[in-house]
Amino acid sequence: MSTSEDSLITTEVSSERTGRSDRPDETVLAARDLDVYYGDERALASVDVEIPEHKVTAIIGPSGCGKSTFLRCINRMNDQIAVCRVDGDLSFHGKNVYDDDVDPVALRRRVGMVFQKPNPFPKSIYDNVAYGLRIQGFDGDMDARVEEALRGAALWDEVKDQLDSSGLDLSGGQQQRLCIARAIAPDPEVILMDEPTSALDPVAASKIEDLIDELAEQYTVVIVTHNMQQAARISDKTAVFLTGGKLVEFNETAKVFENPDEPRVEEYITGKFG
Amino acid sequence: MSTDTNPGPGITGDAAATDAKQRNKRARQVLFGCAAFTVLTTLAIFFVLIDNAVSYFYGARATEMIFLGVEPQSAVGLIEFLNVRELLAGEARWAPEHATPSHNAWPIIFGTLAITVGAAFVSIPIGTATALYVSEYASPQVRSKLKPTLEVLAGIPTIVYGYFAIAFINPVVLGPIAGLFGINIGRYSMLSGMLVVGIMTIPMVSSISEDAMQAVPDDLRNGAYALGATKYDVSVSVVTPAAISGIFASYILAVSRAIGETMAVTLAAGFNANITANPFSEIMTMTAYMVSMARGTSAIGTIEYQSLFAVGLVLFCMTLVMNLLNDWFKRRFQEEYR
Repeated sequence: MSTSEDSLITTEVSSERTGRSDRPDETVLAARDLDVYYGDERALASVDVEIPEHKVTAIIGPSGCGKSTFLRCINRMNDQIAVCRVDGDLSFHGKNVYDDDVDPVALRRRVGMVFQKPNPFPKSIYDNVAYGLRIQGFDGDMDARVEEALRGAALWDEVKDQLDSSGLDLSGGQQQRLCIARAIAPDPEVILMDEPTSALDPVAASKIEDLIDELAEQYTVVIVTHNMQQAARISDKTAVFLTGGKLVEFNETAKVFENPDEPRVEEYITGKFG
Repeated sequence: MSTDTNPGPGITGDAAATDAKQRNKRARQVLFGCAAFTVLTTLAIFFVLIDNAVSYFYGARATEMIFLGVEPQSAVGLIEFLNVRELLAGEARWAPEHATPSHNAWPIIFGTLAITVGAAFVSIPIGTATALYVSEYASPQVRSKLKPTLEVLAGIPTIVYGYFAIAFINPVVLGPIAGLFGINIGRYSMLSGMLVVGIMTIPMVSSISEDAMQAVPDDLRNGAYALGATKYDVSVSVVTPAAISGIFASYILAVSRAIGETMAVTLAAGFNANITANPFSEIMTMTAYMVSMARGTSAIGTIEYQSLFAVGLVLFCMTLVMNLLNDWFKRRFQEEYR
């Protein structure tokens, strides 16, 4: 990781947010005419989206609209599902991740993921964080990388004296931050988050939100959320999916929440359906 | 509102409710009866085993001594039965029926341990690898064919495995190999027993281990895949450690089974009690001894006959130790998932 750990911790949230929004967008991930099918069922329909670097992009929409499906397309976690078929183009730095010569294992080493339910391995806290680096054959200073990742996930001060105890002994919110530390330890470029706070209490959730804001300094964050206030608070850009797997609006978060182009999006955001 | 003395179909219960209560009570009694029957049978077996084993060592059964006042006399001493000095000197001999009888049990204990360890070297690696393949690698189609096949393997009667050993493993597979070393293999061999018991217990290891692996939450697999883990990484460093208590339980069960295995091992390894390092020579396990003694000519009640129970007690202790080991390991390594 290039940034010093100090800047990660002392970041002044509001000012950094503005700073981030002022930066011109540089596209990291781009979907063009992306279709996803589960068997005969169409889960995503002709999605076009360009996700900017070092910003937080929120994906919102009602249940079953394809938010998570889209997220899992990015790091090809959908490969695990036998009946899932992907058409169209989803490029990471201009390279279609569904090309034949793309190795999903290599892709996932550059695109980390945090899941809805905290899923630490039944291993020590240290081994959880070190896992990604170990399988990638990292042979440098592991202790330093583990500390850096735990600091990056705002967990170091809470666990520095118990690195050998099981990750399962932590509270739910700590487990989720451990999973974030695990995801950032191998230093990916993009972090995908699939409703990372929905299984947590409000205090733990707000810690994760603060953390996401800091993470965007270094990483491109794409977050699926059910919580529209959360999307409004933490994201720079918002993509709204509505039923049928269609992306109906994608714009600056402020614009989407204050003055959406699509009447249906306004209805969804104001709670008329969904 | 007027006071209603009849609360209607209320809370005191009518005939139907009483009936249901009676049925529930009877069901409870029947279920308890079955459970009690199982426990009592186990206790009875244990009691008969110890009672008779006592007569091997003291010339009279424990019940005879207590209720009929029969004086204990020394028959076979425990030191004679488990004489380590003879074992180390290479003179241990198990031949209770011989003209000059000898009651040192080490040769048949060795037979059982050799078969058990040898079988474990076959069943544990192959069974674990099979479980990993079925659980993690196989496509649903392959899995749907492989699992029933393994179940068939588990359902083959042990006598059939015994004939498989005597008709195929020993003469066809091991015979030529022994020939390379200039050894003339007989009808039975230790190695044949190890192999056949190992093969028999593969399904036990594989199916129980596979169940344990399947019980590992997919969340953990996805977490590892999302970090760029390969299937191999996930199998070895996530699934196996998370399922370790179940995998270990399968090993214990397979080893317990190998210790107690009788029919196949008798036909494969033979009836010649001796301690040897030659895998092509005939040996005798404790179970094989018990078979030959039970269907032999010794009169019931003689010391030779009562040796059955002493050997049975040793077998019982061995499997008991395995069970305790399993319990300890379970408590030590079982992971709690939320």
